Amino acid sequence: MLNFALRRFLLAALVALTVSIVAFFLVRVSGDLATSLAGQEASAEDIEEIRKAYGLDRPIIVQYADWLGAAVQGDFGESLFFPDTVWELVSSRLPTTLRLAMSGLIISLLVGIPFGVIAALRPNSWIDRLAMTIAVAGQAIPTFWMGLMLMVLFSLMLGWTPISGDESWRHFILPAVTLGYYSTPPIMRLTRSGMLEVLSADYIRTAYAKGLRPMPVLFKHALRNAVIPVVALASVQFGHMLSGAIVIESVFAMQGIGYLAWESILRNDIAVIQTILLIVCMFYVFLTVLSDLVNAWLDPRIRVS
Amino acid sequence: MADAIVAGSALDPARALGPSPTSRFFRRARGHTSIMFGGGVLLVIVLTALFAPLLAPHDPYAQDLFKRLLPPFWMDGSVPEHVLGTDNLGRDYLSRIIYGARVSLLIGVCTAVISGVIGTALGVTAGYFGGRVDIVITFIITTRLSMPIVLVALAIVALVGGSLHAVVLVLGLLLWDRYAVVMRSATQQARSMDYVSAARAIGCPTWRIVLSEIMPNVINNLIIIATFEVAHAILLEASLSFLGLGVQPPAPSWGLMIAEGKEFLLFDPWVIAIPGVALSILVLAVNMLGDGVRDISAPENRS
Amino acid sequence: MSALLDVQDLTVDIPVSDGELHPVRGISFSIERGETLCLVGESGCGKSLTSLAIMGLLPKRAQRTARVLRIGDLDISSASSREMAHIRGNSMAMIFQEPMTSLNPAYTIGNQLEEALIRHRRVSRAKAQERAVYLLEKVGITGAAGRLRQYPHQLSGGLRQRVMIAMALMCGPELIIADEPTTALDVTIQAQILLLLADLQREFHMGMLLITHDLGVVARVADRVAVMYAGQIVEQGTAAEVFERPLHPYTRGLMACIPIPGKTVRGGRLGSIPGLVPSLIGDMHGCAFRDRCAHATSACASYEAMRDQGDGRAYRCVMTPEETMAASMREQAA
Repeated sequence: MLNFALRRFLLAALVALTVSIVAFFLVRVSGDLATSLAGQEASAEDIEEIRKAYGLDRPIIVQYADWLGAAVQGDFGESLFFPDTVWELVSSRLPTTLRLAMSGLIISLLVGIPFGVIAALRPNSWIDRLAMTIAVAGQAIPTFWMGLMLMVLFSLMLGWTPISGDESWRHFILPAVTLGYYSTPPIMRLTRSGMLEVLSADYIRTAYAKGLRPMPVLFKHALRNAVIPVVALASVQFGHMLSGAIVIESVFAMQGIGYLAWESILRNDIAVIQTILLIVCMFYVFLTVLSDLVNAWLDPRIRVS
Repeated sequence: MADAIVAGSALDPARALGPSPTSRFFRRARGHTSIMFGGGVLLVIVLTALFAPLLAPHDPYAQDLFKRLLPPFWMDGSVPEHVLGTDNLGRDYLSRIIYGARVSLLIGVCTAVISGVIGTALGVTAGYFGGRVDIVITFIITTRLSMPIVLVALAIVALVGGSLHAVVLVLGLLLWDRYAVVMRSATQQARSMDYVSAARAIGCPTWRIVLSEIMPNVINNLIIIATFEVAHAILLEASLSFLGLGVQPPAPSWGLMIAEGKEFLLFDPWVIAIPGVALSILVLAVNMLGDGVRDISAPENRS
Repeated sequence: MSALLDVQDLTVDIPVSDGELHPVRGISFSIERGETLCLVGESGCGKSLTSLAIMGLLPKRAQRTARVLRIGDLDISSASSREMAHIRGNSMAMIFQEPMTSLNPAYTIGNQLEEALIRHRRVSRAKAQERAVYLLEKVGITGAAGRLRQYPHQLSGGLRQRVMIAMALMCGPELIIADEPTTALDVTIQAQILLLLADLQREFHMGMLLITHDLGVVARVADRVAVMYAGQIVEQGTAAEVFERPLHPYTRGLMACIPIPGKTVRGGRLGSIPGLVPSLIGDMHGCAFRDRCAHATSACASYEAMRDQGDGRAYRCVMTPEETMAASMREQAA
């Protein structure tokens, strides 16, 4: 297990480094930074001046090394638009996004797992068909549109929830539901197929042969095994939610890093964009490792070997 | 002589096995609800997009500021001239929806083709050669999976400037991961088949083995992923356009129409409801088609 | 004293797309305490479904009917699912064919062993653990206390089957049903496991229903034998009698398939039964074996009664004992 974890971390570190390079270069090579920083009315001299001032005339490798070196020490530069440093800005916005993603994940697990289990217990029954229909239909609805329609229904027409913002937990209800519903179908499908597979396993028959009642068999013997891949998926889904937060936060005007990223992209606030890109990528890398480790920890065949 | 022909045809392996795989596929497809529904709806949308100039009652770009935000047919105050009403610039909504199908389909298909080529090339290479090549390509896939698509796409589109071409290119360069993962394992499986080993043993060149022995066996997987990626790309384009960084106005993209309608949410929610429903129906149709094709080409369903 | 397990006219029907499958067609047998009955037959003859029917573990689609189906004082055919759960793993226990997949990979051996005892006897975990260690030692596992903390994947197939046996014995069952317990194991281990089962059965004075297709196994452990073909019992009797004087042509066919030391010529051909097992879908009449039988006559198409020879000896063939012995002589001459 220790060996396994060590190898995973090493790989993750390598991936993280590569991702940081890609993130840096993607932003740099997609356009001339100096030109977009200077604005549309800038003269050629202005652009050259900005290029020098920001060190953009140096070789790109040097620029990257500089940026990474500073970033490792927590210095992500300054925002072009806000008076704060990028780190202050991002770290003050991160909790909102994490809270949103976490709520979304909990909703999708609370809906996806029970429905997946019920669907597996009664395959091809009306409830199975209903769950799968909702899953298929749900995956076709764009998240931002779903968010807007929920807003129209629950905030504008019924007045149950605040329209936008992030001041109280009630502000999180609609965004979390919107974010959660998109991750529910994959969790539900995986739970269902996992349960179907496990329920036909020989050890389930053994459990019945011991005289166990259906509920203990279901919860102790079946769900425990079926849920292993679901936990791994949930970890990956959490990463998707961080990135999905960009869209949701801008729909509901929540001051998280997603909204910050969107604003910064519109304003060409390169340092902020690069930092958020890097942080979200690091979360992805970390969550992938976490998913592998949790998977290994839940499965004795990997844990004890 | 006639006898000889009959005898010959009886020995023909294709005849002996009954109908060809393709015709068996279509026979099964006809009995499959989700293929018939998904395929049917998709066909209607594709035809609508193709014949948009003939079908659209108005010019989708023609503004008429005296006719702003006319409601659709089911609401009071609608006019028969504009069945789905008009947007805030007085443009006919039905015509914009019809032309919007072009944008979605074009982006969906082009993206799926570009990413399909990249992903298949990577996946087949990794699966066929294995060893160090596989390690490197797997690492590339892992790296790609560690990057949030929406954020990366937004950042790049913002820098190169939003346009239909930019969106296609950026999404095409980002959405190849699923192709690569599936094609890699499909190729690994196909590669271990006896006939592939036999082809290698008789000294067949690699490119010929890949094209004539491996590809026919993994093409099913390719088609299935391609349908799902079309749907994925359509949704992503809508998101990017909604955020103002995809297709630029005045082009009639459904995602953009939702963004433009956002400020009229309070009194005219139908402005965002209509393009959203159109998007959902299109994506649902593509997904159902993909699900159906996967169902009937899955080995366990073959009898 | 009445028999421990009494089965009369047990049938299992399974609806399938093109009709109804009749894998078990009116089976009757009984097992006394301390007795081993071997149910023998080819794969697909309904042996396993018979055992699952007794345990009440048939797949949901399968329908079970029986004139009598009783263990001890409990009428299984009318028992509620709660009553069945109460006796399963308690007064009757089962050992399955696949030790590799019959243990839950997520729990330790100890946890899975203790489970049945805690469920049925409400004992403490410590007490259950004590019993588990005792039984693991009984089934010949060394370092039993340490094994409790191990997971199934850390054990070999032979060890896992020993664990399965210990698991079946946890509540001290009166009847043990073993469905081909050695088929999935290495040949060298098969004999050990089988002898272990036979020893334990004697030691704890249990009734045992041993299901197998291996006549060599039967010869070593069976008190009585029931030969099954196409969902029916075609011959029944004490092991000695059935081996000495097989009355059904199918039984003789089975025996010709196994080599007998001293009798079978080295390098000579072993027997085989030509033809295929008939389809078990739809209505069936007459002797199911007639299409593969060398002695079949037109009478076989309608004959299906069991010829009772007394003392539990019976067979299902149109030929009288004298005729069938004559047929046997002709077979050996050929």
